[in-house]
Amino acid sequence: MNAILEMRGISKTFPGVKALDNVNITVKAGEIHALVGENGAGKSTLMKVLSGVYPHGSYSGSIVYEGEERRFKGIADSEALGIIIIHQELALVPLLSIAENIFLGNEQAKYGVIDWSLAFSRTKELLKVVGLNESPETLVTNLGVGKQQLVEIAKALSKKVKLLILDEPTASLNEKDSDALLNLLLQFKAQGISSILISHKLNEISKVADAITVLRDGGTVETLDCRTEAVSEDRIIRGMVGRTMEDRYPKRDPKIGETIFQVENWSAYHPIHTQVQVVKNVSLNIRRGEIVGIAGLMGAGRTEFAMSLFGRSYGQNISGRVVLHGKEIDVSTVEKAVSNRIAYATEDRKTYGLVLAEDVRKNVTLANLEGVSKRFVIDDIQELAVANDYRARMRIRSPSVFQETVNLSGGNQQKVVLSKWLFSDPEILILDEPTRGIDVGAKYEIYTIINRLADAGKGVLMISSEMPELLGMCDRIYVMNEGSLIAEFGIAEASQEKIMHAIVKSGRR
Amino acid sequence: MDTRTADELRGSQSKASWMEFIKTHFRDYGMLLSLLVIMLFFQVVTNGTLLRPLNLTNLVLQNSYIVIMALGMLLVIVAGHIDLSVGSIVGFVGGLAAMMMVRWGFDPVTTTIACLIVGGLIGAAQGYWVAYFKVPSFIVTLAGMLVFKGLTLALLGGMSVGPFPVVFQRLSSGFILDVFGGQGFNYTALFLGMASVAAIIYFSFRSRANQLKHAVETAPFGLFLFKNGLLAVLVVAFCYLMATYRGLPNVLVIMAVLIALYAFVTNRTTVGRRVYALGGNEKAAKLSGIKTERLTFLTFVNMGVLAGLAGLIFAARLNTATPKAGLGFELDVIAAVFIGGASATGGVGKVTGAVIGAFVMGVMNNGMSILGIGIDYQQVIKGLVLLAAVSLDVYNRKK
Repeated sequence: MNAILEMRGISKTFPGVKALDNVNITVKAGEIHALVGENGAGKSTLMKVLSGVYPHGSYSGSIVYEGEERRFKGIADSEALGIIIIHQELALVPLLSIAENIFLGNEQAKYGVIDWSLAFSRTKELLKVVGLNESPETLVTNLGVGKQQLVEIAKALSKKVKLLILDEPTASLNEKDSDALLNLLLQFKAQGISSILISHKLNEISKVADAITVLRDGGTVETLDCRTEAVSEDRIIRGMVGRTMEDRYPKRDPKIGETIFQVENWSAYHPIHTQVQVVKNVSLNIRRGEIVGIAGLMGAGRTEFAMSLFGRSYGQNISGRVVLHGKEIDVSTVEKAVSNRIAYATEDRKTYGLVLAEDVRKNVTLANLEGVSKRFVIDDIQELAVANDYRARMRIRSPSVFQETVNLSGGNQQKVVLSKWLFSDPEILILDEPTRGIDVGAKYEIYTIINRLADAGKGVLMISSEMPELLGMCDRIYVMNEGSLIAEFGIAEASQEKIMHAIVKSGRR
Repeated sequence: MDTRTADELRGSQSKASWMEFIKTHFRDYGMLLSLLVIMLFFQVVTNGTLLRPLNLTNLVLQNSYIVIMALGMLLVIVAGHIDLSVGSIVGFVGGLAAMMMVRWGFDPVTTTIACLIVGGLIGAAQGYWVAYFKVPSFIVTLAGMLVFKGLTLALLGGMSVGPFPVVFQRLSSGFILDVFGGQGFNYTALFLGMASVAAIIYFSFRSRANQLKHAVETAPFGLFLFKNGLLAVLVVAFCYLMATYRGLPNVLVIMAVLIALYAFVTNRTTVGRRVYALGGNEKAAKLSGIKTERLTFLTFVNMGVLAGLAGLIFAARLNTATPKAGLGFELDVIAAVFIGGASATGGVGKVTGAVIGAFVMGVMNNGMSILGIGIDYQQVIKGLVLLAAVSLDVYNRKK
């Protein structure tokens, strides 16, 4: 088989940092080539070199594509040759229609006048290919993340793609949508389109990849061939972290006490569509030292439940009781929820968790400024001591606590968010997708922190779309679907099959 | 092997840390430096007129109301909003003060208090729509600008109203009384200057000692001495110059107290910190338990009170209220805050920056007027300076 792409000896230096050091990667025509590595390993940088975001001359090494050495000056050059990249953060304009988005910058026009009927009919064809059953006139903002991802792919197809690069395409998708997307990739492969797939989800990679290139600290570690023999997840992880990871979930000896937290008949309605009940009579409890999971598909209402509980930050017409240590508590505003020792770390740390322009120190103390101040005056020294303490304890990797959080990696940002909530001294910590978009090594650290919290006698409620994570971490798992809790499993009896089965069964009703 | 001695190493290290520190704090010092350069420039081209005691006094009087409003505007902009109505509030409150004292016979004290309250109410009325109804502040305050411009005209019946009682005029044209009764030299001014320098130095040494005690990274000691020394020399020299004229204007003292107060509030208090968090990421701030709506509302109330104060000072300075008072002030105030390094998207900005920005504008106004440059080209130059300052800041941040 011929190589469609060869990147040889690519090195790229930013002021003070060598981001890529002599990286080699060969993608054969018509294969799905996975690119894995921890955050900061250089995957995105490498793809930016390939797509021309970093133009020729700003890196060393050579790119050979379809047999010729290429010197891309910008994205337009690489796109013209069929190299299309789909970024992790989707680049769609929310208030434009699907058709308008697909042909954005590539309008079906003559002399600047758009031929809408052509655009719509071509959009319909493309949507059919990606299996999206929506009108071309639908606004993108009305689509879920999974469908938006498909629009992005349709957009790539409209440009006569030969090499499709997907950066974490399934990071925000549930398993069903992820599977659909992976099947689509296999379908493209059959048509001769090559793909580079960047992902942290190793099970997906073992499912579809033909070859896997592992990057670590800006260099190529190895390329594994999956065609001759299956490559195990543990084998990939060993390459990524440079060591064998015995167990992906740290060991813990749960010491579970009495029930400390109860939610009774919690209901919430959609903030705009008043008649739509998003959370339906949810009742659950958490015991001292227990890690309780909520499993479910994307859109099951888990985040909505957690946010409506945490100071009514979501929805309207909210009803239900919250009981902590046998007493009903008021959680009607975030402030009251926090002072009643509930904490909620959001799933989207950049939008809802951090003030990115501010440093680690100021983010850590934000939810409990009273803890470092006397009569409205902040004690700088005390604040600094607190921040340094959390930086050390949580192993936040930053030059100092004065580093702005925008410059931290996903894992370290998450540690800052967790530090913020730990400093507010909660009894009950709700963690919404605590390891989304975080690399394997940092995940392990986050898990260790969560375990430590439980061991300290707190109650942890963990929402996650990654079932192995819930199975590996929790003592008990609730399953949520369409706003209701539909099943509850002790960890001994829980399994992925049982959880999926419960969801499917309740959906059929 | 490294053959350098330990001393050599330490020497090069401390030099490196100097450079490092200046580099990381360039934005803080760069602003002050550019103000000094601009002052030096005008001092030379105006043949020393700029820093003559009389002109220096004028400079303070002319800019006081801009500086005072810049303090409020900084908070508004840091919170992620803008207030276009402040110029009109200045006009309206000035007009109200004139009507109360000249036509309706209220005494100056009652008038002052009432006017500050009215300023706060105007801020509250606008902040209400911004904070609780989520109407963009640009729109609300644009509406406010038109409304209060119109109300000023209506209130004054299109005429100028004045003059004011002498006590009220003192707000702007009065000077701190010289208790020592020096002949042609105001010792009180000098002593006040020296006292504030002593206070500044005492507090910075105390905070440095505290930092060192807790092993906090601090500025290199040389730089620390240089910075405080320079500040001390500048303040004392300034007060000396003022002392040779008529002493310290009342307005200067009001302004200095307000600057110190707002610097403290933004740097050291929980409220200040929360405003920055609100502007930096409103959603995250809200989910951290901050009452974002109320905080936004309060920044507008605060802006209203300060605009009211500025209106009183401006009216007292002219000794008359005119329908055109305050016209275009909002532009100078907003420009000052942005020249001072605030970010248009919110979350970033400093009180010291805004004050320096206001003085950059003020010195340029004053210097160009002395040079006889027409109002036409003055505006062109000011516009270009605003663009240049902010572009430089954006460029620096990208690096």
